[in-house]
Amino acid sequence: MPFFEALRLALHTLRTQKLKSGFSLLGVFVGVTSLIGSCSIANGVNRYMTEKFAQTIFGVNTFQLRRRPVFTPNVPDSVWRAWQRRPRIRFSDAKAITEGLTVPVITAWQSSDNVSVTFGNKEARDIELTAASERYFEIRNLRIATGRPFTAQENRSGVPVAVLGDAVAKRLFVDRPPLGHNVRIGGIPYRVVGVVEHQGSLMGFPLDRFVVVPALSPAQNLVNPPGILDAFFVKAGSAGEMHEAMEQAEGIMRSRRHLRPQQDNNFVLDTSEGVQRFWAGINRILMTVMPGVVVVSLVIGGIVIMNIMLMAVAERTREIGLRKSLGARRRDILRQFLAESTTIATVGAAFGIIAGIGLTILINAVSPLPASVSPASVVVAVIMGTGVGVLAGVYPATRAARLDPIAALRQE
Amino acid sequence: MSNVQLFRTGDTPLPDVIILAHKLTREYDMGSELVRALRGVSVQIQQNEYVAVMGPSGSGKSTLMNLIGCLDTPTSGEYWLNGQKVSDLADDELARIRNKEIGFVFQTFNLLPRANALHNVELPLIYAGMSARGRRERAAHALQRVGLGDRMDHKPNELSGGQRQRVAIARALVNEPSILLADEPTGNLDSTTSTEIMGVFAELHRQGQTVVMVTHEQDIAANAARVITLRDGLVATDQARAA
Ligand SMILES: Nc1ncnc2c1ncn2[C@@H]1O[C@H](COP(=O)(O)OP(=O)(O)OP(=O)(O)O)[C@@H](O)[C@H]1O
Ligand SMILES: [Mg+2]
Repeated sequence: MPFFEALRLALHTLRTQKLKSGFSLLGVFVGVTSLIGSCSIANGVNRYMTEKFAQTIFGVNTFQLRRRPVFTPNVPDSVWRAWQRRPRIRFSDAKAITEGLTVPVITAWQSSDNVSVTFGNKEARDIELTAASERYFEIRNLRIATGRPFTAQENRSGVPVAVLGDAVAKRLFVDRPPLGHNVRIGGIPYRVVGVVEHQGSLMGFPLDRFVVVPALSPAQNLVNPPGILDAFFVKAGSAGEMHEAMEQAEGIMRSRRHLRPQQDNNFVLDTSEGVQRFWAGINRILMTVMPGVVVVSLVIGGIVIMNIMLMAVAERTREIGLRKSLGARRRDILRQFLAESTTIATVGAAFGIIAGIGLTILINAVSPLPASVSPASVVVAVIMGTGVGVLAGVYPATRAARLDPIAALRQE
Repeated sequence: MSNVQLFRTGDTPLPDVIILAHKLTREYDMGSELVRALRGVSVQIQQNEYVAVMGPSGSGKSTLMNLIGCLDTPTSGEYWLNGQKVSDLADDELARIRNKEIGFVFQTFNLLPRANALHNVELPLIYAGMSARGRRERAAHALQRVGLGDRMDHKPNELSGGQRQRVAIARALVNEPSILLADEPTGNLDSTTSTEIMGVFAELHRQGQTVVMVTHEQDIAANAARVITLRDGLVATDQARAA
């Protein structure tokens, strides 16, 4: 019997025994769905981290000079305490670097803390007050929705003007445009000059609850002691230039702090690479756990198919006997049942691929993850699904092929 | 019969002898006892004969038919089919012979319940490796030969017992086998239908088909020109009937 006939027969059997076939392809279906789904999620997390997250926190081709890294997962206490003992970043450090860099860059100062902002009898609590220099908006990719950012002149002179995050503007100015009004930050009146576009949230954290004011304006005392910065941002035109600028900045800082060659840096030049490395680690864990889930469900799927096929062989003993009496050779029967188990598994895999793609679309729709189906996972799914079908079919098909035609025909 | 050769081990059958069984035995080892279903059966059947096999229950009729039909191999003895010694062929070769040389009709029809008449008749052609198109033509033709040209896409449960047996006969004929074997083909049919089916066999025989049929009933056996009676695994009588 040619392969095509075996396939046709298998499809016919599948169609006529929908319920049983549906049940038997469940395992492979789940396995393949989880395979495709987990690869998509991993893809999405990866892209989210490398693109959105990294860009939101750091900006493109940007590094930050800080006392300790921005992103500090699972740091032992001893390390944390060592970080706390480090000298802080000073205005003078930022100025020295700005003057010393030969690479074309834009820079910004930044210090933040949580404060309350009021307007009339309205209050917005727990707002991140950022005292920054004027290029901060550009580096952090914060676009102004209405009004304008503050100017270099305003920054230098410490003029009390504020640019509000979207949530703060909405909270304080329910029924009127905020521009030109004075809000109070730590009791100091600040004139609103701009509102930033809605930013949404990042992994559940709202990104619109902030106020940005000039670094040298009166509220700087609310965020840091005099002359101290949380971070100094440096944005270059390309990754290469960024690395060059980082090397220069490192040299400047080491000489300012009189570090000997064998001493470690007591500051960090942090980039999105650190975050990306961390997520690559998480991804690696995901990629070792998920194959386990996939393999387990495929093995279960294979066992289910094998049992269903053994049942099918038992139920269809007479049919097998008849086919043999009509001239079917062992290999014909073998092929028939192998084709059936493989078809079940492949159809299961096909549905799994469809469901996996559906799942990916769903994740895209309801979560911020830019999940995408990885073509490699589809290829692997097809190969594994089909492989499971073949493997699960071998034993039942061999049993069927070995049946003695007379004994098989006599069975009720 | 006049031209029957006195066969000895080592001989080759005459050309027009389709079936030559020489001292066939078939034993079943049941552990505690040895069941000797056939104890040395020698039979020769020629082209275009119509032979009935009779005998009491358990006398070995079905066992003999299974050997003749290459569904089973003898414990000892020789079996020649169409000039080829098949008693010591391997599994796959036997399957090929069943496919090409033998048409088997069973008492219980043995149709695939989920397939229609046409597909049931096509089955042997699938294993002969014939193309789908050729198969359909041949199967349709075979169904027409047994008078079921208008029932091709009926499933077995949409057919009467007699019609089902006709489908089974069409299936047995479709590969144009050397012999048509039938083990109690009317055993599950009422007498009117039995007569009808006997008519089909008679017509096929008239067209040149060699037929060997097992039956319990005297009036069914009356259709055949020759009756072989088995008793306790041996040939008791082998007589040509007066036409
Ligand atoms: N597979 C088997 N295992 C053991 N004994 C068997 C087997 N098949 C047949 N026999 C025995 O061989 C003997 C002949 O059986 P067979 O089926 O050939 O009889 P039969 O003439 O066809 O009888 P019936 O008219 O009832 O169909 C019986 O005694 C039977 O019990
Ligand atoms: Mg019998």
